Order: sequence, then structure tokens, then C-alpha cells
Amino acid sequence: MRRVVSIALHTFKESVRERVLYNLIVFALLLMGAAILFGSISVGIEQIILVNLGLSSISVFGLLMAIFIGIGLVWKEIERRSIYSILSKPVRRAEFVVGKYCGLLLTLLVNTAIMTAGFYAALFYQKRSLSVADLAVLEAVYFILLQLALVVGLALFFSCISTPILSAVFTLCLYIIGNLSADIRWFGQETGSAVVEKATAVLYYLLPNFGDFNVIAQVAHGEKIPAYLLYSNSLYALLYGTILVSAAILVLEEREFR
Amino acid sequence: MLAVETSDLTKDYYVGFFRKRPRRALDGLNLRVERGEVFGLLGPNGAGKTTTLKILLRLVFPTSGTARILGRELDDVAMHARVGYLPENPYFYDHLTAQEFMNYAGELFGLRSAERQRRINRLLERLGLGASRDLPLRKFSKGMVQRVGIAQALINDPELVFLDEPMSGLDPLGRREVRDLILELKEEGKTIFFSTHILSDAEVLCDRVAILNRGRLQGCGELGEILSLGVAVTEVVLENPGEELLKELRLYTRSVVQTGERVRLEVPAESDVARVLALVVRHTAKIVSVNPVKMSLEDYFMAQMGATPEAPPSREAVNAPDPERRGK
Repeated sequence: MRRVVSIALHTFKESVRERVLYNLIVFALLLMGAAILFGSISVGIEQIILVNLGLSSISVFGLLMAIFIGIGLVWKEIERRSIYSILSKPVRRAEFVVGKYCGLLLTLLVNTAIMTAGFYAALFYQKRSLSVADLAVLEAVYFILLQLALVVGLALFFSCISTPILSAVFTLCLYIIGNLSADIRWFGQETGSAVVEKATAVLYYLLPNFGDFNVIAQVAHGEKIPAYLLYSNSLYALLYGTILVSAAILVLEEREFR
Repeated sequence: MLAVETSDLTKDYYVGFFRKRPRRALDGLNLRVERGEVFGLLGPNGAGKTTTLKILLRLVFPTSGTARILGRELDDVAMHARVGYLPENPYFYDHLTAQEFMNYAGELFGLRSAERQRRINRLLERLGLGASRDLPLRKFSKGMVQRVGIAQALINDPELVFLDEPMSGLDPLGRREVRDLILELKEEGKTIFFSTHILSDAEVLCDRVAILNRGRLQGCGELGEILSLGVAVTEVVLENPGEELLKELRLYTRSVVQTGERVRLEVPAESDVARVLALVVRHTAKIVSVNPVKMSLEDYFMAQMGATPEAPPSREAVNAPDPERRGK
């Protein structure tokens, strides 16, 4: 466990020293500033615009960080051969993968916290006050984090088997498909073909389903998020994330470093 | 208990894109390395030295055969706490300072903070990196990175140290320091297993060497035994021998090199030395010295590789050696 923590903290340190991270945070905060401007020219729906744009910024920039740092997590270690000196120590390959995963999650947690603080600052500037009802935003932020945990899992898995560019393409494609998986299943049901229906159902269960994590619109319109979604999304992210990290471990266990 | 033991260790790499075919990198390697010795794994590039080390450090998996380190199986993670490893041409994290990297390495061995810091201080000073400890590794020269690599390999005070080309990238001073360090580690009772293609390093440091070529073990033995295998050549130096004598001597010599008034002859066959000397005496030429040159590790290495040592440059030869008469 201590070794996992060491690898995670090292990964966190490595990530926070990446310049691209700061650029993304600055862009996200600028976008939130811009959201205030957009809100001010949208009569009556200022807060809806701000919440929509603010949470979307957190989601999109979090996604970019997860992909751009995640795809290099293991690949960079292999390519630069720094993994040789790590795995020759009393470190299991599984510990290495889990440590890397946790390290990037920690990075994303801190960055999301910074962006959320920026969002609340923007909201306070617009409303001149904050209420308990505004805490509902945190539910959406939590779902974004769960989503990012899955994206990091995907990026980590592909990072173990492929180059960063291909890993980025695969992860992004799966992210897009994962947001459309409910539509794919609906399409299968509408075709009337039993084969297509079964095939799309298999895809629906096999591919990550990101649709249920997106509650930005509901939160922006002040709708209450059902409690069951909190539990089901948490459980889903935990299970699917475990499967992805396990798959990455299996790949790395078999991998040779020539 | 042996430090390293391999039995019929074989490794095939699969090459090709569509039709994968095996390429044998290591072929039935049998090695036994005693504890407390400095063992050198020698061979040209592509001989299988790094593959052997990578198998022992479980970075690649053997196709067949077995290996044990300190009496334990390779996949025994706890055993790796007693082992140190310097990879070939190491690369470490650019964003870390030497101090931070050593700290990370120490954490992975589960060393407590105070003990870790004590060892980091001692090792960085010992390797001449004390003043550079707070510099990021990206600012380090190749030789400094190599030193950090050696330092991290020793952070756990290992019983057995694997060093893959430890002198690579070091200047003469650095090489001397690493040589001294290896000898100090030996004095501390550690086992050193290192690969190199620099024979002079092996000659100075190793108790025993193994020579690999194309994945096969060509020879293995104590350096003392190898170097006392016999006289490789007898060197005879004469003063003003005269053209007539030199013509006759070329029948028995491998090379004839003139420097000023002196002529240096190499007589490969021990049995010819008496004939050469008899000829010199008959021509009343002056003998400066007769020196039997023992086999060096390089000669042994070349013999195992199936090659012969190169002749000296022909430009300096008194008369161009006649290839048909050489070695007769």
C-alpha cells in the first residue's frame, strides 16, 4: 500500500509540473469569466447560462487533462525506460498501475476543486450572494469527477498497449460513443431486427455509458437530481473503473520491456 | 547459497510484422555466480548481456529455462528488496531533482524517512553529486545521470548489485571513481554482476567473467585462470639487425616493427623462439630484450569470438610482411 501511495504522489507531482495543466486551468477560469459576460446579456437566464457554461468548462477541461495526461501515464515510462528502475525494485506491476491511476485521479481532483472554486467565485460575482441551493452544483461536479475517473481508466488502459496519439483517439472515440450509448440502444430497438437489437444491447452494456453522468442541464435549471442516480452512478463508476484498471494490470503483467 | 544461478535460460524475441518469427537472443545460458564476487558478463553488442539482466530483473520473461537470485525465484517481490539495478543508458524523471528521485527510490524500498535521508546524503556525497542534489535531472550531464543511476541502485544497501554497462557515458575520472566504488562494494561483501564491453574494466574488476556471443555462452571462468592460460606471443627486440637477418626472421614472426634503430618482432609459436634467437646469434646482432607476453583478457575474448588479434599497421613494418610466408 505504501508503494502505491509513493507512486501516486510521484505521479501527482509529475502532473502538476506539466505546463499544459496550468494552461488548461487558466482557459477554464477564463471561460467562466466569459460565462458572466454571456449571462449578463441573457435577460432572466443569467444563472442558467453561468451554470451551464461553468460546469461544461469543468467537464471539458477536466476531460482534456484526463486524456492528455492519462495517455502518457504508462507509455512515457516505457518509452523513456524509467519503468526499468521502478519495476526492478520490490514493486508489483499491479501496484505501479494502481499508483499511476490514483496519482492522476488526485491531480484531477485538485484541478476540479480549483475550477469549482473559480465557478463559485463567478456565481458569487453574478448573484452577490451564495445560497444552500447552490450546493446542488457539487452533485454535477461529483458526476463529472466520476466520469473523469472512467476516462482516466480508459486512457491508462490504452497507454499500456498503444502510442499516445492512438490512445488519445481511442479514448476520445469511446468517450463520444459512451455519451451516445443510450441512443445506440434505442436505434437497435427501433430497427425491429432481433440481431441488431441484441448487438446494440451488447454494445450498450460493454461500452462505458457516460450519458447518466451528465446532469449539467438539470442542475442549471434547478431540477433535483434523483438519489438513486447518485448511488447507481457511483457504483457504476467503481465497477467499470475497476474493470478498466484490472485490464490495464493484465496487459502490463504480460508486457515485456525490451 | 549462490547469488545468481541460471539453468538453460533461453529467450526468443519475435520479430516481423505480419509473419512473426523467433530470433534467439539467449540460448541455454547456464551461470553460477558465487556470493561476494565481482562477476563480469562480456560480449559484443547484441550478445545477450542486457537480455540476461532484464530476465533476472523480470523486465522480460524467459522462453524456457529457470533462474534464481539469492536462492529465490525471480517473481519473489521480497527478494528484489535485496537487489540493486542500474539499467543501460538510464533515464530518470526530468522534473525531479537528484534528492527527490533518490527519495522516491528509497520510498519504493519502504525505507523510513530518517534512514532514507541518511543514505541519500551518504550516496550522493560518495558519487560526487552532493553539490548538485537540488538540480533537476534534466540539467544533468550523461555522466551525472549515470552516477544518479548507480546511487539509486545502492539506496537499499543491496546484497547483490546488477550494473548494465556502468562505465557508459563516464569520463576517465568518473570511470576510475566507479571502478573504486565497485571494489569498495566488493570489500563490503556485496556481489556485483555487471555487463560491459570494455575489457580493461573487466580485467581490473572481475573475479570471474562469462563471455557471451549471439546469445551463447562462449566461456566462463576465473580471471586468474584465463590470464595464465599461456603465452600469447613472444616479443623480441633487436638493435640494427640488418636486412639479411630480417628476411630470414620473417619466416617465424607475425609482425616486424622498426622504431629508430630498434626492431620489434612478434614470435607467435613458442617453439620458434629458440630458432629466432639462434639466427640472431649467428648474425651477431644485438638482442635488447626477449619478453613472453601473456594472454590478455582481450586475446581470450577474441579467441572466444573466433577472431584473431589484429596485426600492427603495415606502414611501420620494415618490409611489408609476405602473407604467404606468415605463420609458417
